[in-house]
Amino acid sequence: MRPLLKYLKNYRLQLVLGPVFKLLEAVFELIVPVVMADIIDNGVANHDSAYIWRKTGIIVLLGVCGLGFAVTCQFLASRCAYGFGRELRDALYRHICSLSYESVDRFGAASLVNRLTNDTNTVQNGVNMFIRLATRSPFLVIGAAVMAVTIDLRLSVIFFIAAPLISGVIFVIMRKTVPMYKTAQQKLDRAATLTRESIEGSRVIRAFSRQGLECSVFDRSVDELTIASESVGRISAILNPFSFLIMDCGIAAILWFGGERIDTGSLTQGELTAFTNYMTQILLALVVLANLIVTFTKAFASANRISEVFAVEPESSGTDVPGSVQPGDEILRFNDVSFTYKGGGDCSLKNISFSLKKGGFLGIIGGTGSGKSTVAQLIPGFYEPQSGEVIYGGKDVKTLDKAMLRRRIGWVAQRAVLFSGSVRENMRFRCPDASDEDIIKALKTAQAWDFVEKMPDGLDSRIAQGGRNLSGGQRQRIAIARALVGSPEVLILDDSTSALDYATDLRLRRALSEELPETSVVMISQRTTSIKDADCILVLDEGSPAGVGTHDELLRDCAVYREIFNSQMNEKGGGGNG
Amino acid sequence: MADFIRTMKRVFSYARPYIIWFWLTIIFAAGSVSLSLAVPIFIGDAVDCCVGQGSVDFGELRKIIFRLLIAVVLSALFQWLMSLCTNRLAFRTVRDLRSDVFGKLQRVPLSYIDRSTKGGLSSRVINDIEIISDGLLQGFTQFFSGVITILGTLIFMLTINVKIALVVVLLTPLSFIAASQITKMTHRFYLRQSELRGRMVSFSEEYAGNQKLVTAMDFCDRAVGQFAQVNSDFSSVGANATFFSSLANPVTRFVNGLIYAAVGLLGALGAAGHSAFIGAMSVGRLSSFLAYSNQYTKPFNEISGVFAELQNAAASAERVFAVLDEEEIPDDSDKLSVNSSDCSGSVSFDDISFSYSPETRLIEHLSLDVLPGQRVAIVGPTGCGKSTMINLLLRFYDPQSGKILLSGRDSTEITRDSLRSCFGMVLQETWIFTGTVAQNISYGKPDATREEIIAAAKAVHAHGFIKRLPNGYDSVISEDSGLSQGQKQLLCIARVMLMDPPMLILDEATSSIDLRTEQRIQRAFEKLMTGKTSFVIAHRLSTIKNSDVILVMRDGNIVEKGSHA
Repeated sequence: MRPLLKYLKNYRLQLVLGPVFKLLEAVFELIVPVVMADIIDNGVANHDSAYIWRKTGIIVLLGVCGLGFAVTCQFLASRCAYGFGRELRDALYRHICSLSYESVDRFGAASLVNRLTNDTNTVQNGVNMFIRLATRSPFLVIGAAVMAVTIDLRLSVIFFIAAPLISGVIFVIMRKTVPMYKTAQQKLDRAATLTRESIEGSRVIRAFSRQGLECSVFDRSVDELTIASESVGRISAILNPFSFLIMDCGIAAILWFGGERIDTGSLTQGELTAFTNYMTQILLALVVLANLIVTFTKAFASANRISEVFAVEPESSGTDVPGSVQPGDEILRFNDVSFTYKGGGDCSLKNISFSLKKGGFLGIIGGTGSGKSTVAQLIPGFYEPQSGEVIYGGKDVKTLDKAMLRRRIGWVAQRAVLFSGSVRENMRFRCPDASDEDIIKALKTAQAWDFVEKMPDGLDSRIAQGGRNLSGGQRQRIAIARALVGSPEVLILDDSTSALDYATDLRLRRALSEELPETSVVMISQRTTSIKDADCILVLDEGSPAGVGTHDELLRDCAVYREIFNSQMNEKGGGGNG
Repeated sequence: MADFIRTMKRVFSYARPYIIWFWLTIIFAAGSVSLSLAVPIFIGDAVDCCVGQGSVDFGELRKIIFRLLIAVVLSALFQWLMSLCTNRLAFRTVRDLRSDVFGKLQRVPLSYIDRSTKGGLSSRVINDIEIISDGLLQGFTQFFSGVITILGTLIFMLTINVKIALVVVLLTPLSFIAASQITKMTHRFYLRQSELRGRMVSFSEEYAGNQKLVTAMDFCDRAVGQFAQVNSDFSSVGANATFFSSLANPVTRFVNGLIYAAVGLLGALGAAGHSAFIGAMSVGRLSSFLAYSNQYTKPFNEISGVFAELQNAAASAERVFAVLDEEEIPDDSDKLSVNSSDCSGSVSFDDISFSYSPETRLIEHLSLDVLPGQRVAIVGPTGCGKSTMINLLLRFYDPQSGKILLSGRDSTEITRDSLRSCFGMVLQETWIFTGTVAQNISYGKPDATREEIIAAAKAVHAHGFIKRLPNGYDSVISEDSGLSQGQKQLLCIARVMLMDPPMLILDEATSSIDLRTEQRIQRAFEKLMTGKTSFVIAHRLSTIKNSDVILVMRDGNIVEKGSHA
């Protein structure tokens, strides 16, 4: 929680004044029974109607002031909570943006999103409730007790028995039910899983004629859910009646002992009425407090999850700038690079060495899990190798300014992700001020212009979240075009053409070498046809280099490459006849 | 409103088997509430026993306190019993409802499930019914006790003093007006807030969810700026929405305070003997009156809360009933039930025409004869209607015209279940349910022995990786428990292998699984198909080459029919 407190800094005033106003309201609320006692003891006893009118006026006035204070407090609370929430979210998102890939992997993207949206909301709600209720309820309890003490010390002993008793009951029941609610939630989750699976598998279920079985499994799970809900309901249903029972017994005790006090003349009738009133107030305040504890527990858990993110250091970055490279000179080199993912046990890459010239074409091929993507991710410094060095523009990537480096590299990920917005907005991700000509040129090179042009609004056409309104191949082509805007020094295609048919793939590769002759291309592929024209091909087998060389060299010398090539050629060879 | 009542009636029809709990709820509520309402009277009586120094009537006081304690204990007991009854009533009602909807989903035509979003359907079974459950619980507990409290309070107040009671009744609308004004104001802000919150969440999902890509494109600075904008819009509207909604409590407290003051004033004037209009009144009665006025507005707030809750519940119930009202697949238990041993394996399409919607025509006048043991490859670009063939063969969908003959028998004359038992199906989209590996493999044959399961797994080359799982065949797996696509595919094939049906429908995987697994799957398919009539949606040339019949489909039509040679 502590690291988050600094986002409350700008709202110190609201944070202090809010509870103060709430306190004032509570004070006024506590005075009302006293005034009513006065009315009974003085006004009624002396038959003084003017007095009664005057005191009623005071009660109304107290109510009006109380309302004013309460409204002020709610206002301050909402401003403070949402102001805090806004600053927290901004800071959290900024921090998420500064995280290294390793840190993102550690949390997982979905969890980061969850922390950014849900957890911040819970903490924000906690702040709101803190200002509104955290002082009011304890104050009402304490205040009522104090008032009771000032009226009659001996009678107030009943308060000091009843209040802890009620708190104890609330505490015990909550401790018992919280884990039971969790169980019930798990049963509900199980039912949800069964439902989801049976809908997703509806074809298979019907193909196997297992509908009856599915229903009986589901019914069993729903029965368990019902039993779990009922048993937690049985216990939590004790809470209200039992605490009211304690309160009413307290009132009975007050009446009995109060009667004795009145008989000896140390208590008045009006004061007795006030006493019973305070008893009710205490109970209500305690119930609110119990709910508040639940809210705070949740808020603290969320605050901890957010703090975990803040506790991670931002990605380290050097300050060096990569040197400029003449065409034909070396732009990228791996020197005996080995790399292991954090917590990943086995080495993901072992002793990788290769070199790429400016304007050159490097192909990387290998089975799933052979480390192809890992090689690509080391180039823009997303991860740092444990040994060996990655040299870009003559300098070790470790020493380079990361943002600067990434601006020079066009990155196309395995999964083509587009963002909601227009085609133009998506295309401007790398260069915010790219002109329409630049964009169209990139789209043409990526073989995407032909279908973008046909879209109803051209570059202004909307892309839905994740690019859902486009086909897989269209998404990939736009993602490639997006990386081409601003002519990157190095273009990395991480198996980014898998959804393209052979002809489009070929046209794309031709266009790349014609339109962007100075751009070096690193292409990862499962298909030998995509990379066979490369200046150099790196063949990976379970993280180790199985061969480096041109297509012809590898066919001659590299068994793994030959195996891949042959298996695919058989398919393709038949394809001509099919 | 009429819709609301109709929907709620239908919800209550599910409560019919538990009607006893409903009546008990009402009886206990009435008992609990009337006893708790008597409490202020007893307190008032007790106060009246304690007039002043030396004049306390202890004998009477003891009696009153005794009565008070009995009332209090019984009221608490009844309240607890009432909660138990409501719990049972609500939870059992929704259990039946849930079970019904789930069962319904097994009986609706697949076209309905295909048309609906999957998340939406499961949300009806889970979330919507949860909302109904909350609505029922709240409705039963708070609505009845609220109504009884209001009526009871009025009666008690009327018995003490008619005129003050009337004043209270006249002041009541104040509380309603205030509450409804606040709700109206808040509602507008809430709508706006949830819209802006949605925008913030989807921004977060898109950008923070793809953080790696954002970093790779060095888009961070601009993303932070855009987020700040969305965030600040949300926060300022959110602050207003929260503020206005938080007014409800203080305002109703205030109105309550006004009623309290008015009762105090009139009662005190009456007790002081200054108002002939009010009539005489004791201090004890006055204090009971004050206690009533203190709790009088509370049930009003609760009931309006319950109405909001019930409206939510009704909206959810409507969504649930929409599913229940879907047309079901007609019962075919009177049809012929075939045995897989009766099935020779010959399949004929006789002049089949089919389309998913009348506007777009798909398959037209398709005729095809497949002999027992033949292998049919179906090829064509994505979306050309290859999977329609599966839908028709297994009767997930029925053709608009024409007949499909199985071993010379019209497939519509056979029960769907027995027809499907003649086919083994492996889809490209794997389906693994949460359960052990063994349970997944023996899905189609629950009584299979462990030996049979292992034999099936071995036959499809899945035994190796299964043994490497932490608990072997007893490892609990699910769709996203870390198995690779290829491994899941092998399990699905093993499932069919164990069934050993006379006919097969296979959909080859296109997704890039690694070379070795791919070859394994190919081998598993080959093994499975030996000697069986099989339909393969083929992506691989080797499959096509080895087929007896090749159907090339484009836009739902078979453009070519022939063999590879």
